[in-house]
Amino acid sequence: MFLVATIAVLITMALAFVRAALGPTVFDRVLAVNVFGTQTVLLIAVAGFLMGRPQFLDMALTYALMNFIGTLAVLKFARYGSLADDEKRA
Amino acid sequence: MPHRVLHFTATALLLMATWLIWSGHYVFLINTYGVLSVIAVVALGVRLGVVDEEGQPFRLLPRMLLYLPWITWEIVKANWDVAKAIVSPGMPIHQRLVRVKASQKTDLGQVLYANSITITPGTVSLDVRDNTILVHALTQGSYEGLLTGEMDKKVAWLEGEG
Amino acid sequence: MALALDILSWIFLLSGATFAIIAGIGVLRFPDVYTRSHAAGLGDTLATLLVILGLLLQSPDWMVAVKLIMVLAFVWFTSPISGHALVKAAYAHGVKIDCEEEDAVSH
Repeated sequence: MFLVATIAVLITMALAFVRAALGPTVFDRVLAVNVFGTQTVLLIAVAGFLMGRPQFLDMALTYALMNFIGTLAVLKFARYGSLADDEKRA
Repeated sequence: MPHRVLHFTATALLLMATWLIWSGHYVFLINTYGVLSVIAVVALGVRLGVVDEEGQPFRLLPRMLLYLPWITWEIVKANWDVAKAIVSPGMPIHQRLVRVKASQKTDLGQVLYANSITITPGTVSLDVRDNTILVHALTQGSYEGLLTGEMDKKVAWLEGEG
Repeated sequence: MALALDILSWIFLLSGATFAIIAGIGVLRFPDVYTRSHAAGLGDTLATLLVILGLLLQSPDWMVAVKLIMVLAFVWFTSPISGHALVKAAYAHGVKIDCEEEDAVSH
């Protein structure tokens, strides 16, 4: 049953990947990558149970953290052209 | 001043508990790494100015325990609604932009309301200003659910006497 | 009893997997970034909840269960923040929404 869930998550990742490739705007791509990342968290968690090693959950949480920070960083960069400035550049 | 010490201690204790739960190796060296990490994170938090009452709304906890089941059920219902819109061949979506009132008194309350709107599929908050929230609604059902103002009242109750 | 728990866990995992695939279809099928963000919310909320609940029933000890709940809590806390940041950035950038703006403040 873990195998079925793993395959379903992989299918969702493939669908999100197609959207990331199609775009058309940068925001569609960031959205698709965000979905891809959330599904990766689920994939790591389910794969951990599939292989009988639930310690994989540590990696799942780390990946969730990085996915969140990464999404915000890309959005900030797309909007301000820099990660350090708060002010919008002219 | 005593309040600052309280929040300082609470942050350190919560971080240390998190470390102990995730670590699973209770030896001196690893625990020392834990203590050093907690000190570093608390120092960063103080520098960012997030170790305060707003960052640790402990007084919301009792009501939060009642709010969480309610919001979870709302999320399940909204998911069903959006899933139906995705799989039906005609794709019955009806996009709307609407400004709703946020009657919460504190910033934290309004943030909780905006996030509750966003986490419910079918509605997503676009902009928060002047005690109103600009919301994008996907279907007729999610739009009507938003207009009842039930979630607004629930979050105002959750916030309590700010 | 163990069999009943297994069956319940399978139901959670399968329905979670179904919702994940529906979310993927929605991200692919919906017309613009705002509507797609709703579909993405599907995968972040109910798919994650059901898959984690399914795994929770199979967890070998309490530490794994606590970690699963923390993963769920973290995804649920961050999902609306990144979702809001995304649509706000798209709106500020001038991506068109396929509808009229209603400015009336309503309850």
